Amino acid sequence: MTTLHTFHGGVHPPQHKQESSESAIAQAPLPSRLVLPLQQHIGAQAKPLVRAGDQVLKGQMLARAEGMVSAAIHAPTSGTVVAVDLHAVPHPSGLPELCITLAPDGEERWVEHAPLDYRALPRDQLLTRLRDAGIVGLGGATFPTHVKLNIGETAGIHTLVLNGAECEPWITTDDRLMRERAAEIVQGIEVMRHLLNPAATLVGIEDNKPQAIAAMQQACANTGIEVIAVPTLYPTGGEKQLIKILTGKEVPSGGRPLNIGIVCSNVATAYSVHRLVNHGEPMISRLVTVTGNVKTPRNYEVLIGTPIAELEKLAGVLPGSDGYILGGPMMGLYVSNSELPVVKSSNCIIVKSRALFPPLPPALPCIRCTRCAAVCPAELQPQDLYWFARARDFGKAQKFHLFDCIECGACSYVCPSNIPLVQYYRFAKSEILAIERDKEAANLARERHEFHQLRLERDKQEKAEKLAQKEKAALAAKAAAPAPAQAATTEAKANDSAQQLPAQQLPAQQLIEAAIARAKEQAATARAKNTEALTPQQQADIAEIEARRAKVREMSHPDADSPKE
Amino acid sequence: MFSPFISQATSVRAIMFKVMLALLPAIAVYVWYYGPAILVSITLASITALITEAAMLKLRGRPIAPFLRDNSALLTAWLLALSIPPLAPWWLVVVGTMFAISVAKHLYGGLGSNPFNPAMIGYAVLIISFPLQMTHWLTPHGLGQLELSVMQQLQYIFSGQLPGGATLDAVTMATPLDTLKTQLHLGRMPEEVLGMPIYGHLGGIGSEMVALAYLLGGAYLLANRIITWHLPAAFLASLFVTAGIFHLADPAHYVSPVFHWFSGAAMLAAFFILTDPVTSPTTLRGKFIFAAGAGFLTYIIRVFGGFPDGVAFATLLMNICVPLIDTYTQPRVFGQKDEK
Ligand code: SF4
Ligand code: SF4
Repeated sequence: MTTLHTFHGGVHPPQHKQESSESAIAQAPLPSRLVLPLQQHIGAQAKPLVRAGDQVLKGQMLARAEGMVSAAIHAPTSGTVVAVDLHAVPHPSGLPELCITLAPDGEERWVEHAPLDYRALPRDQLLTRLRDAGIVGLGGATFPTHVKLNIGETAGIHTLVLNGAECEPWITTDDRLMRERAAEIVQGIEVMRHLLNPAATLVGIEDNKPQAIAAMQQACANTGIEVIAVPTLYPTGGEKQLIKILTGKEVPSGGRPLNIGIVCSNVATAYSVHRLVNHGEPMISRLVTVTGNVKTPRNYEVLIGTPIAELEKLAGVLPGSDGYILGGPMMGLYVSNSELPVVKSSNCIIVKSRALFPPLPPALPCIRCTRCAAVCPAELQPQDLYWFARARDFGKAQKFHLFDCIECGACSYVCPSNIPLVQYYRFAKSEILAIERDKEAANLARERHEFHQLRLERDKQEKAEKLAQKEKAALAAKAAAPAPAQAATTEAKANDSAQQLPAQQLPAQQLIEAAIARAKEQAATARAKNTEALTPQQQADIAEIEARRAKVREMSHPDADSPKE
Repeated sequence: MFSPFISQATSVRAIMFKVMLALLPAIAVYVWYYGPAILVSITLASITALITEAAMLKLRGRPIAPFLRDNSALLTAWLLALSIPPLAPWWLVVVGTMFAISVAKHLYGGLGSNPFNPAMIGYAVLIISFPLQMTHWLTPHGLGQLELSVMQQLQYIFSGQLPGGATLDAVTMATPLDTLKTQLHLGRMPEEVLGMPIYGHLGGIGSEMVALAYLLGGAYLLANRIITWHLPAAFLASLFVTAGIFHLADPAHYVSPVFHWFSGAAMLAAFFILTDPVTSPTTLRGKFIFAAGAGFLTYIIRVFGGFPDGVAFATLLMNICVPLIDTYTQPRVFGQKDEK
């Protein structure tokens, strides 16, 4: 039996899980249109393989993984590609992105597909299959699974952690999945174990899901996989927090689980791996909790690309609704556009109403009460970070480990002054990343400019040299007649200047090298401490954060959090 | 609209309100031993605080209503009123409160930004400017030859007149803490002094009960998680240890640590003054250092200084150190285990 550990802080927001957790998973009907963003994962955008007008089959690859960290996109059903263009996507920026729009033909004709004998496949081929099946982490981060499992032969993973904690309120997809499809999840876990060969495999589930725990325990009997009930406490489902609870180990500040010999994956991801291996199916659907201000909250098996509007129709929206929260109330994203599609990371759609989510009172100044610090799972000092972010003292913010903040929102949740702390952290992070990018760009530009200047200089000198040689030749010709003594002095002079030329060129080259070295050095020092160790996820967040900047900029106004009368 | 979309039902207003609630037992004890004068000074201080707060917010161009509703000015007013003699002329309360709110709070940036505890600044200004009025405490019920009626107390507060031309000395006395210091200076032995009728079991009659009432209020705050145990415990422990060392070394000149706990404003400081979040450190180790320092200084100022109590100046001195303490006591963050 594993002894459980604890992480610092945490909060107990009202759960609201019962609403949707007691009905069985239902299949959402085929929508009239599917919108598939090419960027549904962390890493490079997938590259489209189809054009408008193409007929495609269910499960057919529509866009391929581009580069190492990327994932493919597939047709969730058969039909016609009607567009490959910009469409609104569920993204904090609110900016449209490249999407493939598919009109289903209703025939559900599958592309050729077959189960894999994964044990017989060489590991790189199995990883490639995972990539080409578009499988990404479903815990929210959508990190491509083939990258996560590609740890090389020698990495020495001792523990595989499966995350079934599902700590965010309202969301119940993993709960239902574990209750109804535990055996399938375990088959997916077996594939992961095959690739990682860990000494221990632990499944962590919050103890507010006793049926899921029982189902998983039954499915894991005699497999060596240990199912562990962990206390219900937000954010236990945070990767670093769950690892701490189950193993007592802390992922180093700025590091990844891999650094301590651990890989952590979501139970729903394991289920997707099972669909690929045992049915040959790529990631074309996922479970989505539709809940909140609706008549019948429940979980649906939804084709990727299904617009929110279709799902809210199924659940029956009640009066008083004003938009949607995608994800949970602690970390989710508010959107108002019902045309946005379900993407691979969409685990929950909460139909919002003022009754369920009353607007928060206006923010007051921070009173330094440290309630935020008391609940911060990253053990940060949120009140200090807030202060630095507000004062745009980004250096200090980084020194105080801003980039270790997991944006869980626990601090904002308890803040008696109702300060939107997380927004300030996002703002500060995006500003820091932007500043650094600007700096790098400026350094590059300066490097180029200096190089250009030096080349001009060199060209000038070369010309001067040629000129001098010409003159010398001319002089020599002239001097052939006059006194030899005079010619000798002229020659000596010419020689002098000729000798000087290479001497002048030498420093020029040194200057170029020095300039390059300096630029490199500046680039190195410009890269701030904490960003060096950015995980791929964080790097991918950069783009997202960047887009948020415009929105949160206004918040940097010093009086932004003063209450309005 | 941004995540998180939900929030725990705490507010600055509710926190301040609960702290005020926790002061009620002490106020009741005050009324029992010293008559209703304290209610008058609390009312005067409250009104002054609200008016000053509103005026300062207006001058600073800040919204008035949300800040007036946060109860922080009221709490400052109550704490100040409880720190000064209950039978004080009206202008003493008003001047102290105005100074606390306008200078100590708003000139330093208002709620959340003031480095010094406003109530203690108010107290310090008064004791330096009006030492006479600040050292005359009402004689507790049952001890004096002359007891003032409600009307007589009111009359004194607003007009400075006592009935039948009585002098202030007839109805007031120095605090038990002050008396002890004076008597010890006169060369009397502690047992002898503490045998005087103004002393009870723990401290002075009346004031020891007030201290117990603060302790009760503190327990309520702890139970409701409005404050944490670190600051009160470190302060009381440090005061106890400091007093204990002196007492053990020279019992002929230094009274027991228990007396120091239950005299003057020690309990008020432990649970209501040092625990002001704005002016205390944010780190755990910092809290210990801050409160322990305040306990030590309180003793030193009480015993060796010229003021009747040491709490206010000890608090203010430690307030100065808060930024420094915070800087040097930053805890490790998650995943940083091996660095320290
Ligand atoms: S909880 Fe809010 S008011 Fe309290 S210290 Fe943190 S940020 Fe400041
Ligand atoms: S959002 Fe960041 S600072 Fe706030 S509690 Fe979570 S990890 Fe800590």
